[in-house]
Amino acid sequence: MELTRRNLLAVGFGAATVAALPMRVLAAAEEQINAFTGGAEAGEGGITLTAPEIAENGNTVPISVDAPGAAEILILALGNPTPGVAKFTFGPAAASQSASTRIRLAGTQDVVAIAKMGDGSFVKASSTVKVTIGGCGG
Amino acid sequence: MISRRDFLQVSMAAAAMYGTSGFGNWAKLAAQQALTQDDLLQFDTFGNVSLIHITDIHGQLKPLYFREPSINIGVGDNKGAVPHITGADFRKAYGIADGSPSHYALSAGDFDALAKTYGKIGGLDRMATVINAIRADRPDALLLDGGDTWHGSYTCYQTEAQDMVNVMNALKPDAMTFHWEFTLGSERVTELVESLPFASLGQNIFDAEWDEPAELFKPYKFFERGGVKIAVIGQAFPYMPIANPGWMFPEYSFGIRDENMQAMVDEVRGMGAECVVVLSHNGFDVDKKMASRVKGIDVILSGHTHDALPEPVQIGNTFIIASGSNGKFVSRVDLDVRDGKMMGIRHKLIPVFSDVITPDAAVSKLIDEQRAPYESAMREVIGTTDTMLYRRGNFNGSWDDLICDALITEREADIAMSPGVRWGPSLPSGSEITREDIWNVTSMSYGQAYRTEMTGEFIKVILEDVADNIFNPDPYYQQGGDMVRIGGMGYRIDITKPQGSRISDMTLLKTGEAIDPSKNYVVAGWASVNEGTEGPMIWEVVENHIRNQGTVKLDPNNSVQVVGA
Repeated sequence: MELTRRNLLAVGFGAATVAALPMRVLAAAEEQINAFTGGAEAGEGGITLTAPEIAENGNTVPISVDAPGAAEILILALGNPTPGVAKFTFGPAAASQSASTRIRLAGTQDVVAIAKMGDGSFVKASSTVKVTIGGCGG
Repeated sequence: MISRRDFLQVSMAAAAMYGTSGFGNWAKLAAQQALTQDDLLQFDTFGNVSLIHITDIHGQLKPLYFREPSINIGVGDNKGAVPHITGADFRKAYGIADGSPSHYALSAGDFDALAKTYGKIGGLDRMATVINAIRADRPDALLLDGGDTWHGSYTCYQTEAQDMVNVMNALKPDAMTFHWEFTLGSERVTELVESLPFASLGQNIFDAEWDEPAELFKPYKFFERGGVKIAVIGQAFPYMPIANPGWMFPEYSFGIRDENMQAMVDEVRGMGAECVVVLSHNGFDVDKKMASRVKGIDVILSGHTHDALPEPVQIGNTFIIASGSNGKFVSRVDLDVRDGKMMGIRHKLIPVFSDVITPDAAVSKLIDEQRAPYESAMREVIGTTDTMLYRRGNFNGSWDDLICDALITEREADIAMSPGVRWGPSLPSGSEITREDIWNVTSMSYGQAYRTEMTGEFIKVILEDVADNIFNPDPYYQQGGDMVRIGGMGYRIDITKPQGSRISDMTLLKTGEAIDPSKNYVVAGWASVNEGTEGPMIWEVVENHIRNQGTVKLDPNNSVQVVGA
């Protein structure tokens, strides 16, 4: 016996999640976005979402978001069964409006950050994070 | 800004080396007599700074044969762009005469015949001669090693890379970055890095737990050369824990981190850097994209994808240099830096023809000392080959065909999988195959040859996943390397399709039947990134197979049908 059963299962699981990667925005995600923005259109710029292009470990993916002047930032993983990841709220005395966390991704998908700015407008940024079996480099 | 005119001063090895005398009648020329060391090293010293770039040596201390790929498909914006043109198209693009030394060194086509004409290439003792000659012109030239140095040979495996460290130290590099080095395991990497008398760089090497820059590696180092303040920023291979076994170095996290690269460039510029050089193991297309996103880099010395380009590629104000692999080339890059900025560049990709360049005696002796305890084991002849053995190519190479045959035969499998790595020297037809030759194409710290069962559906998932790591149109989602090599099964790939839709027509070759998604197949492979993989070492499997064959003779592999290239 060469590959242990446990390892094989680990590979199998990773593969299954990769295989099932329709890039659809779940209705749940849309609902959450609408609840946060009240249906208002989110603009581009003024928010920076930093995430790895390819996750080293889909179970714990470090991300950070920075939106100077934001009152609240909502983070969603659009391909997860439960897309909501976090909502950060910044008080008026906050020195900066940035946050870092780690998220679990069920497969390759878009991570979205939406910030509600001090003036009530919204901006958003998104980033595709790939979750892969991995293999062999040069 | 560098004008087009300055850029044209870039000298091309082909023209300098041979002129037109070799055009079209290579078979009649005694190449070694026509080509001299002075021709290879000729360079009109330029400006006030010299960089020497070597990369992706993969443990190769001695001269070798290495055939460049005939298939290296570019996707997205890189379709049809260098380095994704090969063979005759490559030679045409650079004005390289058929049959010339540059043809042999830089491109595929007639390789087997040309190998017999021009002989072996590389060898760290010959590289030392080239490096010393450049230092004779410019004593304070910077020598920069792009990594993949501590991996890939019998002696490198046995000494856990001490052989490479000892010999490289004699060449006196100024800085280094990393990739396969980490497959020695973090403990050994720490031990070796702490022993180095030069800088170990990687702005993207982070502590995995805290997501902060790792203490052992510095993001950059300043050098003052020719009155110029030069900052060299390191960029390690971004996808180490994905492409290689992350459990061997769990303390580290990597990634491209181009926002941090920009911060580092801004930081060194703020500290007075007049010239910013990135020593990179990104791979060529990733470096091109990074050059378009990060502002303020003058030169990227590019490694990982093993491309050898006779001219720099310019992206904005950044020049990217690709210096090949396996010790075949040394790049010399002269820069004119004045008034705090780079005003001009002159470059030469120097092919290290081992019969033309005199080995450095001290380094030869040092290499022999590293090899001496293992010489008799390495030298043992296991068989001979009627077929030229090589590895490079997007989908297969004859070495991997042979390895897959060995896996199917020795491990009684239906299907074999061999990783799409780009290292490993070639052997011309008629060569003896020694134990060292087998290790040169298989040696690694996780070489166990597993045997397991996979469903047809799972095999397709693997192929789709690996294909997307190569053919995703966005370079930042590519890992470098080539398609996993498949033995015992044919398939069709449409590289223009998205992940999940590229692979079709999977066929079990021994029966001619279509692969059944729900059926189990016995699959043998090696180089699994999973911890605890069991099985004999791949070099033992291949050695047994070759010994049983006596003489290796392979049929051309037509089992992969490629669409959309």
